[in-house]
Amino acid sequence: MLLGDEAIAQGALDAGMSGIYAYPGTPSTEITEYVQSKKELKGKVRSDWSANEKTAMEAALGMSYAGKRSMVCMKHVGLNVAADPFMNAAITGVNGGMVICVADDPSMHSSQNEQDSRFFAKFALIPVLEPSSQQEAYDMSYGAFELSEKFKLPVMIRITTRLAHSRSAVTRSLPKSQNKLKTPLQLNQFILLPSMARKSYDRLVNIQPDLEKEALESPYNSLIDGKDTSRGVIAMGLAYNYLAENFEDFRIPHPVLKISQYPIPVKLVSALYERCETILVLEEGYPLIEESLKGLLGREKKIQGRLDGTIPRTGELNPDIVREAFFPPKGKILDVPDIVKNRPPALCKGCSHSDVYLALNEVMDPYGKGRVFSDIGCYTLGALPPYNSIDTCVDMGASITMAKGAADAGLVPSVCVIGDSTFTHSGITGLLDAVRENSPITVIISDNSTIAMTGGQESHATGRLDVICEGIGVPSTHIRKLNPLKKYHEDNVRILEEEVAYEGVSVIIAERECIQTLARKKKI
Amino acid sequence: MKSDIILAGVGGQGILSIAASIGIAALENNLEIKQAEVHGMSQRGGAVQSNMRISSKPIASDLIPKGEADLILSVEPMESLRYLPWLSEKGWLITNIHPFINISDYPDVESLEAVLDNLPHRIVLDADAIAGELGSRKVSNMVILGAATPFIDIPYESFEIGIRNIFGRKGEEIVNLNLEALKMGKEKAELMQN
Repeated sequence: MLLGDEAIAQGALDAGMSGIYAYPGTPSTEITEYVQSKKELKGKVRSDWSANEKTAMEAALGMSYAGKRSMVCMKHVGLNVAADPFMNAAITGVNGGMVICVADDPSMHSSQNEQDSRFFAKFALIPVLEPSSQQEAYDMSYGAFELSEKFKLPVMIRITTRLAHSRSAVTRSLPKSQNKLKTPLQLNQFILLPSMARKSYDRLVNIQPDLEKEALESPYNSLIDGKDTSRGVIAMGLAYNYLAENFEDFRIPHPVLKISQYPIPVKLVSALYERCETILVLEEGYPLIEESLKGLLGREKKIQGRLDGTIPRTGELNPDIVREAFFPPKGKILDVPDIVKNRPPALCKGCSHSDVYLALNEVMDPYGKGRVFSDIGCYTLGALPPYNSIDTCVDMGASITMAKGAADAGLVPSVCVIGDSTFTHSGITGLLDAVRENSPITVIISDNSTIAMTGGQESHATGRLDVICEGIGVPSTHIRKLNPLKKYHEDNVRILEEEVAYEGVSVIIAERECIQTLARKKKI
Repeated sequence: MKSDIILAGVGGQGILSIAASIGIAALENNLEIKQAEVHGMSQRGGAVQSNMRISSKPIASDLIPKGEADLILSVEPMESLRYLPWLSEKGWLITNIHPFINISDYPDVESLEAVLDNLPHRIVLDADAIAGELGSRKVSNMVILGAATPFIDIPYESFEIGIRNIFGRKGEEIVNLNLEALKMGKEKAELMQN
């Protein structure tokens, strides 16, 4: 029984992957963790965490440059961080097979947005595989490296939360050995000087018809005929399962085009379009195919989906949503009794972030609300009662830079709260900006010495945050440490007060280990 | 054979151990399984659920459609009610009555009991008390699983195999404690069912 994430990892291992690169991010974390959990692979398959998605993507490209098969994994918003190497890796192409696995989070179970990574792949002009089951996840991952080497392009595997975190039995294929070390035959392949980049980009554009032909012939794309041509259905990835669920023994009376490999196989879409009076498009994510099919003017046949309201415009699909596109509402569905209250996630009892916020609230009270910029991690829960301590949460690292911008505008004091791992992911460069102008901001690094939200992975700079800050120019007199425990509350409030009052860059490191990782260590 | 089960609880209450035990029991009987879990932010003391689908035929969706769950299996009373829209007309709700209170507006237990009492097919038991009598409240989740075993068309021994598999590396004592909890849950449920 493997999670969708684990099936991808196992497929890559069996395909002879030499290294996997990633920064933890729900729902992608378990891909890398699966490889790390295989002790027998130590020294054979590289799998340690990277500082962020950009460094991960570049390292994976480097491994591919050296002829080996590499994988890089991230959540959808992580791809934004890695967008620069991502777009350019499509232009350089690869040497050893390189697979980019992106886990999207429609309905934002654990994310800030629900962007659809298939758009990114289309933007970069690379193929995408979108599995609909754990077995397909395994098979696609196993085969993706070959596809990548065949076209000398990175290949994206796009999954969503539901498949990432759902288990099923998976049958494995024969394990392959790893590639030998081999630098690119054409040594300037990876030099994107304009004169060379233009040629590489031409190649990328010119092989698009070949990629489409590949998708047309792919076993993952199929046109299944049905008698009722009043409506044809295009179902992508997981959406196909929700469609099948609604018909006895999966016998769908309409012609159905199941798509799990992109670029869009236009010939198959055209065949369905010609045969049916209307088309229903079911896709997990944004209306990518629906929009293309409708065209700008939408003057031809009726296309149904997320854009015309047949399917809700936002959120993940499920069997009930798909059902409503076909059948009248079910009778006798019980309601949730009023007595059931919301139970949102909360900081654990005894969490160090909680002590940081209680002290900070006291310090910020005289200044009024609206001055605390925060970031991505467990400590984002400080936005909720009983703390109500923070006013922003935008993207990894944005706390420091937004506080700086607000201070530039005259909002002094501006305070930011960032976790230790978010700081090393994307906070250091922002702090460098602030140091250069000695911006009047107070940076609180709420250091629980782990990447807690995603399950307690190792943080990159545990015990070294002070020297990092000093190294990039924060005066040592304004690098303060505090111990976020109730018994030190008064001291902590005093230190915070002093630094918030100081009109320059100061960093306060509030270090106490995450109680979850601590409890686990004690058990072992 | 088909069994669609919603497992419910609060992050950290051990519903994934229940899911894993059922999963192994189902594999033992060569059944198809899909099991959707919740990872990430909600695990921090929030409401969590797992959709577990077992069938002798291929399963399409990882998610159970509304009104089609054969069982709601919950380690917490208020959480058991959150998933009522998924319960089928003939479905059973099996829940622990011992509350997990980490929110300020948690309802009083008597009102929860009153709502539960109105359901036609329910097994409500104090799994924490039963587990406490056995020596550890930690096995309350296995009491709940035990109470569900008469309602899942899989031989009881297969669930025992599941438990041995999952807790095996923690030693014979832990395995036996969990098996005991499973048995107690089963016996209580059988008494209440009749």
